[in-house]
Amino acid sequence: MSKTLFDKVWDTHVVRKIEGGPDVLFIDRHLIHEVTSPVAFLGLKSRGIKVLYPERTFATADHNTPTINQHLPVADPLSANQLKALESNSNEYGISHWGLGHQKNGIVHVVGPEYGITQPGATIVCGDSHTSTHGAFGAIAFGIGTSEVEMVLSTQCIMQPKPKKMRINVNGKLGVGVTPKDVALFIISQLTTSGATGYFVEYAGDVFENMTMEGRMTVCNLSIEMGARGGMIAPDETTIDYVKGREFSPKGEAWDRALAYYKTLKTDADAVFDKELTFDGSSIEPMITYGTNPGMGMGISHDIPDAAHAEGGAATYAKSLGYMGFSEGESMIGKKIDFVFVGSCTNGRIEDFRAFTSIIKGRHKADDVTVWLVPGSHIVEAQIKEEGLLDILTEAGFELRQPGCSACLAMNDDKIPAGKYAVSTSNRNFEGRQGPGSRTMLASPLVAAAAAVTGVVTDPRTLIEELV
Amino acid sequence: MAYDKFNILKSTAVPLPIENVDTDQLIPARFLKATERVGFGDNLFRDWRYNPDNTPKKDFVLNNPVYSGKILVGGKNFGSGSSREHAAWAVYDYGFRCVVSSFFADIFRNNCLNIGVLPVQVSPEFSEKIFAAIFADPNTELEVNLPEQTITLLATGEKETFEISPYKKDNMLNGFDDIDYLQSIKPEIEEFALQLPL
Repeated sequence: MSKTLFDKVWDTHVVRKIEGGPDVLFIDRHLIHEVTSPVAFLGLKSRGIKVLYPERTFATADHNTPTINQHLPVADPLSANQLKALESNSNEYGISHWGLGHQKNGIVHVVGPEYGITQPGATIVCGDSHTSTHGAFGAIAFGIGTSEVEMVLSTQCIMQPKPKKMRINVNGKLGVGVTPKDVALFIISQLTTSGATGYFVEYAGDVFENMTMEGRMTVCNLSIEMGARGGMIAPDETTIDYVKGREFSPKGEAWDRALAYYKTLKTDADAVFDKELTFDGSSIEPMITYGTNPGMGMGISHDIPDAAHAEGGAATYAKSLGYMGFSEGESMIGKKIDFVFVGSCTNGRIEDFRAFTSIIKGRHKADDVTVWLVPGSHIVEAQIKEEGLLDILTEAGFELRQPGCSACLAMNDDKIPAGKYAVSTSNRNFEGRQGPGSRTMLASPLVAAAAAVTGVVTDPRTLIEELV
Repeated sequence: MAYDKFNILKSTAVPLPIENVDTDQLIPARFLKATERVGFGDNLFRDWRYNPDNTPKKDFVLNNPVYSGKILVGGKNFGSGSSREHAAWAVYDYGFRCVVSSFFADIFRNNCLNIGVLPVQVSPEFSEKIFAAIFADPNTELEVNLPEQTITLLATGEKETFEISPYKKDNMLNGFDDIDYLQSIKPEIEEFALQLPL
């Protein structure tokens, strides 16, 4: 029978099907961090059970870590306690631990691929909804709750009903200044934040085929923002070139076996999806969000839709615009901003910093804007320095911080103050997400750069040399 | 973690007719710093419930003494966003045993089922009826019957059935969790692991 890519990877990992219930799914790789794992370890202790395969779990600290002065003790005692718990739990159960200060430390969804933990055709979970990032490699990757973290630690399995399947095709040539982030925000604006709930998505079409691995990671990362558990892209030469030779990638004969498996990972020609959508890539503009969920996004040249055209009830829509301090029918262009954040598992990789730097080169940071540039890992941080981007950034009045999740969820000190506006390359614009009372506009690194040098929401295409 | 068995719940309900209630509202990230599962109920809907100076916001439903009960009735797409199980813990710890909505986000629903909060998905029409009934009379009671898979507005007798997998239903009725089950098939898992491609 014809199978989709998703079917192939899922079915390979089903240990047992339960009549009238979920599948028991084997998990190849498990990533943990300091926030969603401590209670799972407490559960193991209270039940008196061990970690079944400690070599399949990797720990990194990222959610609450500071992004300056990482060599100093963490000042917040609660954060310090969580970091200590991750370290002691990892040590006790024999799990690789990349804590603060470790050379491999960084955002879990940035370091996983960098070190080859992420492999095509693998099942990958983490107590973090943006685990969907790893789907870029043709893996089934999704976020889980803490109870499930405990299940994976103790049995390397979780129990999940098999989701429905959706394919999203985007074909055509993307315009100049249109990035993978814009493609993802566009799709979410079309589907709404619940449009893919209950589905696992496969992205197909030449727009994704022509993307780099980093671009694909940005797209798959945002799958959760339309409600999908995850999204994936069939592995191709681009994928294999990325994976080959990384520290935890298979080597020698194991690589040959893995390669043979990777080559089977594509949707059969006549396989059937529960839902299929197709969009024209050439119609996508640089995107920006105007509301309090990632589905409330639009092309940057558009006006904020009126309630009649909005998803959901008028009361919810009014609450959202009221929180943002915006009105129906307004343009976003020219709106004053206070903060810019570049980073996160969505846009914290080297290509994102290259894109940001391409706009700010030869310009200067706007005076009344605070800009936080936070690399996703030490590798990204080193690349920024080695490629000379840091010199350009410094020249333009910007500073680079140290790796971590930072202002994406503002668990550390990187909080946008109440009422202030931030253009952010992260993934969520929920009320208070970036700090109590903060107002977030999600956008690409190019839109973030245009805002950083002008101090207002600006169409980056007006600053790109080949277009002006 | 063990939780109380769920059978038939008869209770008044707290209405929250807002759509797309996300997990950052259920429990903001800055309250995720505990290493034990205690005290999350205090911070349920923290920023909707309290002013920055920690005084209660009078217009928020949890601060309105007229509404109480073990059932929370939310708008469409309840629980979207993060995978933080803390959101479900906060709901449970506050004292809710059941959340009713016309649509749930996937991970939140799953987390609820894993910790003993019953997510009951009703039709948009029935959701409207429930909201109307509670706003008309805050003392109106709902009955959530897990064995029968029904939810009933007791004042009028109007009822709807809801979906739950037989496996999860059995777990909730008995207070079991998935780890109990997975532990019981460990030898099968270890054998399975030997033939994986990666």
